[in-house]
Amino acid sequence: MTDTQTVIAGARSDCKANVYAMIDQLFTGFFELHGDQITSDDPAIVAGLAKLADQPIAVIATQKGNNLEDRLATHFGSPEPAGYRKALRVMRLAEKLNFPIITLVNTPGAYPGADAEAAGQGQMIAKNISEMLQLKVPILTLIVGEAGSGGALALACSDQIWMFENSMYSVLSPEGFASIMWKDAHLADKAAELMRLTPDWLLKQHAIHRIIPEKMLTDGSLKTALTSAIGELCQQDNATRLAKRAAFFRKF
Amino acid sequence: MLFGEHVKRFSSRSVPKLKHDQAKVPSGIWQECPHCHAGFYFKKAGQYRVCPECGYGFRVTARRRLKMLTKHFEEWDSDLETRNPTEFPDYQRKIKKAQSATHLKDGVLTGKALIDDYPVALGIMDPLFIMGSLGTANGERLTRLFEKATEQQLPVIVLTASGGARMQEGIYSLMQMAKISQAVNDHGKAGLAYISVIMDPTTGGVTASFASQADVTLAEPKALYGFTGKRVIEQTINKQLPNDFQSVENGYQRGLIDEIVPREQLAQRLSQLLSILEAKKWGETQ
Repeated sequence: MTDTQTVIAGARSDCKANVYAMIDQLFTGFFELHGDQITSDDPAIVAGLAKLADQPIAVIATQKGNNLEDRLATHFGSPEPAGYRKALRVMRLAEKLNFPIITLVNTPGAYPGADAEAAGQGQMIAKNISEMLQLKVPILTLIVGEAGSGGALALACSDQIWMFENSMYSVLSPEGFASIMWKDAHLADKAAELMRLTPDWLLKQHAIHRIIPEKMLTDGSLKTALTSAIGELCQQDNATRLAKRAAFFRKF
Repeated sequence: MLFGEHVKRFSSRSVPKLKHDQAKVPSGIWQECPHCHAGFYFKKAGQYRVCPECGYGFRVTARRRLKMLTKHFEEWDSDLETRNPTEFPDYQRKIKKAQSATHLKDGVLTGKALIDDYPVALGIMDPLFIMGSLGTANGERLTRLFEKATEQQLPVIVLTASGGARMQEGIYSLMQMAKISQAVNDHGKAGLAYISVIMDPTTGGVTASFASQADVTLAEPKALYGFTGKRVIEQTINKQLPNDFQSVENGYQRGLIDEIVPREQLAQRLSQLLSILEAKKWGETQ
């Protein structure tokens, strides 16, 4: 396997599929909030309030699930418009309460279903991107496994974007890319090489801020790193932080 | 006898003869609407290039679309060109081809225009430039459109047409969505209006960002407006979808579109809207 293939296999490994386990490792007292308060509760988005080093924080994550039943319910971690609406609802709550936000992203993309499309999937993503860029509270995104397309960007318009060593971030899933470019999803491996979706390359392009070795999750140092990063972001005044966030995306 | 003559007169010509005759007709004289599949003599589409049967607006270059809207236009940032940030193979050749087809350096035309007497910042995406896909160069041009409009206190009008993200530019393409959205936000915070006009097709990352962030969203008849491609959805849910699944008429029913405006009426409808948006406000003197 080439490096890219190793990264993809790691990003999609089963051990990253259950985000509840990671939430428990990183935060204490996670209180989950359900539903978008308008239509439904999308299980592909897990959102709520918790504490990080005894300080309050809002957590928004994508969930794939560890068994077939969960994976069908979450469409393998692909949110529907209701999921993005739930994410936005919790972001607005964080803004109101002045809690920083951490998003944990592991999604191949927004769910490509007929109902999702009819419910305004693209419009909802557009709204989340727009609103997230304007939130005054600090936002840190940790890309856990896969991060594909606008469906991932809708949770990643943040002050800091971190990626695990074995994670990927791309304009589309390699399968989708191959399907568009060569009308053959089976050429995903070839696509992946061309797509430059590995953390190393993305860091060189300044598309992300930091690469997190996998062992930092188990040895507890990730929690420490998150605590000090959020602490630093909180020290900046809102205007400075928002200007930096804008400048990060403006340079592309 | 008489019967025999009739048979001769109306008998069908041989296939080779038909093919020979057909080859003598210049291509493009007889056209088919990609939406309703009606066939018609090309001049029937008129100067606005609209299907005489169903009103669908044909995909035309941005420069041609501009001529249908206004004569007064000052172009901005015409020299912006992609630098192939992901070093994608064979990409530059594709760009050159698109450039010569559209007379644009990348897939959008931007500048300051007059609609009637109203000055506006105008962007027109070009569906014939690699499907109007969003890359670094047209993304930058659109961003500057909003930034200049904010500086000059102008409303923005963008006519969108795009297959979505430019695959060849990878993450750089995805980042355009956030970059342009930021410029749209800043423009809005300055109290300025943004009108988008959905043309055929508007999909993917363009739908999931600036095309859907306008204050007023207009659309051309029968245009396709969606996020995920129909083929991908059908493969996902294993079911055929109706042809008009992502039509703007359908979007209008679902509350995504404010008004569907035939191409030949767009200037007039924009002018009416601008006359309200640009009217002197209550309590304002001169």
